[in-house]
This record gives sequence, C-alpha cells and structure tokens, in this order.
Amino acid sequence: MTARTKVLFGSSLWRGAVSIVVFLVLWEIGSLSKIWIKGDAFEWLRHALSVLGLKSAYLPWIGAVPAPTEVLHAWLAVLPDPGYWQSWYMSFFRVMLGFLAAMIIGIPFGLLLAVNRTAFGVCFPVFEVLRPIPPLAWVPASIIFWPTQELSIAFVTFLGAFYSIVINVVGGARSIDVRYFQAARSMGSSRRDIFWRLILPGTLPSIMVGSAVGMGITWEVVVAAEMISGGGSQIGGTSGGGLGFFIWNSYVGGSYEQIVVGMISIGIAGFISSAALRALGKRVTPWLSLR
Amino acid sequence: MSSDQFSRPAIKAGEIIASHVSKSYGATQFSREVVKDCSFTIERGKLTVMIGPSGCGKSTLIRLLAGFERPTRGTITLNGEPIGEPGPDRLVLFQESALFPWMTTYDNILYGPRARGEVTQETLDFAEFLLNKIGLQDFRKKYPTQLSGGMQRRAELARAMINNPEVMILDEPFRGLDAMTKELMWEYYSALYEENRRTNFFVTTDIDEAIFLADRMLIMTNIPTQVRAVLEVDLPRPRKFLDLVENDKSNEIKMQALSILHEEAMKSFSRGSKAATDFVEAYSKRINRATTR
Repeated sequence: MTARTKVLFGSSLWRGAVSIVVFLVLWEIGSLSKIWIKGDAFEWLRHALSVLGLKSAYLPWIGAVPAPTEVLHAWLAVLPDPGYWQSWYMSFFRVMLGFLAAMIIGIPFGLLLAVNRTAFGVCFPVFEVLRPIPPLAWVPASIIFWPTQELSIAFVTFLGAFYSIVINVVGGARSIDVRYFQAARSMGSSRRDIFWRLILPGTLPSIMVGSAVGMGITWEVVVAAEMISGGGSQIGGTSGGGLGFFIWNSYVGGSYEQIVVGMISIGIAGFISSAALRALGKRVTPWLSLR
Repeated sequence: MSSDQFSRPAIKAGEIIASHVSKSYGATQFSREVVKDCSFTIERGKLTVMIGPSGCGKSTLIRLLAGFERPTRGTITLNGEPIGEPGPDRLVLFQESALFPWMTTYDNILYGPRARGEVTQETLDFAEFLLNKIGLQDFRKKYPTQLSGGMQRRAELARAMINNPEVMILDEPFRGLDAMTKELMWEYYSALYEENRRTNFFVTTDIDEAIFLADRMLIMTNIPTQVRAVLEVDLPRPRKFLDLVENDKSNEIKMQALSILHEEAMKSFSRGSKAATDFVEAYSKRINRATTR
C-alpha cells in the first residue's frame, strides 16, 4: 500500500505536474504574443519576424493558436452541452467496437497462423499485401461496401488495430523459447495442453504490445474517418458525430477555441484508453511487472 | 515444518543400457560423427556422472537418451524396452532454466501432473515434501523472475522429480552458478538423491562436482565420443565438500580422472584442437605444483 501511495505522490507525479504547468505557461505566453510583442522592448523581435517574411506582429504558429485561458473558457462553455459528451461517447463507442472486433478476430487468427503451417502459407501472403494499405485508404471503399456509415467507420477502425495485433501475436508466439516445449513434452503434455498453458500465456505479452499499438492507431483512424464521413450517424444531430466531427464542425463554424478543446479531448480519451489497457496488461501478465 | 510428515510415492528406479550407439549429423558424404560406437549402462538406483571435455558430444547423448533424437546406429533401452518419444519416465533437466515464466513456483512444480491429469492427494503431498526439501516453501507464490539463479535450479529439480521418473537426466544443471551456490546445490541435490535412490544420470565438465556427486563416473573421450573409463566413486554418503578436499581416496580418484582427461586432451591437442589447449596448460601447471611441493 505504501509503495503505491509513494508512486502516486512521488517524484514522477511532481515531474508530470511541473511539465504540464510549464507547457501551459509557455503556450499562454506564446499565444498572447499579439499583445506583448507591440511594446518597444520587442522591436528586435518584430524586425526578426519581418526578415522571415512574416508581416504579422506576433509569433508564428503559436501566436495564431488560442491561448489556454481562452480554450478553458470555451471548454467550460461546452461542458454542460450534452452534444459534447455525445461526441465523446460516439468516438469511444467506435474505438471500442473496432478495437474489440480486432482483438476477437485478430488474436485467434494470429495464433492460428503461428501454430499451423498450412494456415500460415495460405493466409499470410494475402495478409501481407493488404497490410500496407493505410486504413484511411479503405474509407471510400468501406462506405460503398457497408450498408450504414456507422459500420463503415467501425470497419476502418477495426483495420487500424487488426494488423498490429495479428503481426504481434504471430511474432510473439513464434519467439517462445523451444526449451519450454521440450520440457513440456518430456513431462507428458498434450498438444492441447501445450497450446493453453504454454503458447497462449507465452504470447500474452506480445498481445498486449500489439493492442497498445493498435489502440493508438484506432484513435488516429476514428478521428480522421469522422471528419471525412461528415460525422457518420445522425444520432444526436450535428453534434453527435464524435470528437473528430466536433473538431471539423468547430473549424467550419470558425470557433478556434473549440478546435483546441476537441484536440485536447482526444488526447485525454487516448490517454484513458492506454491507461486502461496498461492496467489490463498488468492484470493478465503479472510476471512481467515483478522483479 | 519437517519434510518427513508428507507421504511420497514409491520410487521406480529404471536402468538404461546404451549399446553401440552412433550418431552423425549431415548428409552421408559430409556427415560428422558425434557419437561413435558408444556403450554404457546407467545402473539402477545409482548416480552415474558422465564427465568429458566440453564439446565432446555429451549433450547429443542426452538428446538421444531423452528421445528428442534417434541414434544413427545402435540401441538404447530402458528396462529392456527400446526408448521412444520423450516422456515422463526419463526426465531431462537442461543447462539453463526452463521454468515457465508465467507460472508461479508452485504451478511450475505441479505442471507435469496437471498436464497428464494425474493430480491426487499424494501428488500434492509430494509437492509439499519437495518444496520443503529444496527450501522454497516460502516462495511457492513467486514467479521465476523473483527467484535467484540457485532457487530456479532447485525449483526445476522439484518440477522434474514430482513426475517420479524412472531415470533423471541432468545436463550440466549447475553450470553458470557461482562457486558458493554450486556447493549449496550439490548438497540439496545429493540430499534429494540419497533420500530416494532413484536412477540419476548427471552430465558435467566439473571434476569436483563429479566426485562430490557420483557413485559411478563415466569418463568420455573427445569427439566422436565413447566411454574411455569407468571409475567407481566409493566414498561414504552424505558427503561434505571440505571433507572431500582432505580425503586421500577422493584425491586419488580425482588425479586418476584428471590424468585420463589429460590424455584425451593431448590427443585432440595433437589434432590441432584449440579447445584442449587451456586444459593441457592447466593440467601441466597442476602437476608441476604437486611435484615441487
């Protein structure tokens, strides 16, 4: 218990907090450059910017981004809006749908490829040809193939996680030390027993790695797919299209603060997903986190 | 808690006879013979130690005894029957730890009986007995990464013994452990052996280890390997390492074994083997020390 509280309130928490505060402060200073850059003390900076061909009297890029205080303001404004939470829900729902489908299909498929030479010979070439196709390249095709927009987004998200899970499962199952199999065989283990008690637990660490990578790709894909497809389903009206559509909508509506709100929301959502996955990983592979 | 309170299964001690065994690898024309016309007996209820120069083909012999590979010529029998697939009647302990990292010590030890669906109260009692005997009763819920190197080797010993094999085959199981731990392992291991007197076959390159453990010692020739000499190590049990250092008989056996190994090393040395150089140098230094003293 003490060890856990130590981690919670230890140096790593402090470093994390300091890094976020410093980031916010620099952002605030940078985006308020419109105001403070007008002073006489910053004559040299205005000169340097004009040499770079920038006529505007504020720092490039960061000066055009709304300040964190303004973003916070906009955020507080959308917090009570059920449409904002509907966006969260929709994106999470799509990510989970695609991700779970990728796990349910990808893990057994990867294990099959790893243990069965015939299956590997038949399936792997096709798999390797399809794998380099970016999931987003599937968007138009999947809109045509699938009856609803919701299904086409789910399919594209599924593809994002599927390849990385399968590749990791195959690699993980194949890299299990041959001595474990020899030991098991000489102790009278059946093929079935070897699969359930050696191959499956031996592959779990790789399954978790593949899932973590897949989860990241899933968020990238879902946001892009929502933007492209214009929000997918009509559930919840214009604001029910997920966080990707929330950003797109804010852009079209000219609310730059809300764009940043959407971006940060995705960051937080991705963080929550990864943390949940890490916690799951610790539970299913307890032998890795000990020493 | 004493280990004597747990019942344990009766020991079935098997006997392995290898006769005229040869094994070569590669295509016929360029094949390399590793074992050549090798005959020996692993006697029932005895601890037979096989010692020979490294790279002489001992590990190949073990794979043949275990059944992972078949001899090119000759036969190997267990209790008169030709040996077949690897099975729990002849268990092999490999050079490096092969404990399953995803199982606790206890689950590792019970792996074999569970895999065969043979877990009875007797098995569980035997598991307790073994945990006590190897001093790991407080580590039953730990994973292998949480155990020291010596503990892992002991747990592996218990994982093999619980299957009550007719023959235990150990391939340099204590290699890579430091000197202190090694001595500790010898004591744990020989205590287990003395308790059961099951047939044990122990392969090593360490002469002190061989003399501490053996009832019989098989000294092997260089590659292609054959039995060069058989020494009876007729020392009282239980043995203590420090006693053996002082014991004349043990030193006599040691010098006898070393001189045979030296002859073998000289043969391969004259054939241009680099591996033998170190041994020849070490041996001549030892002889010089002994004569000048």
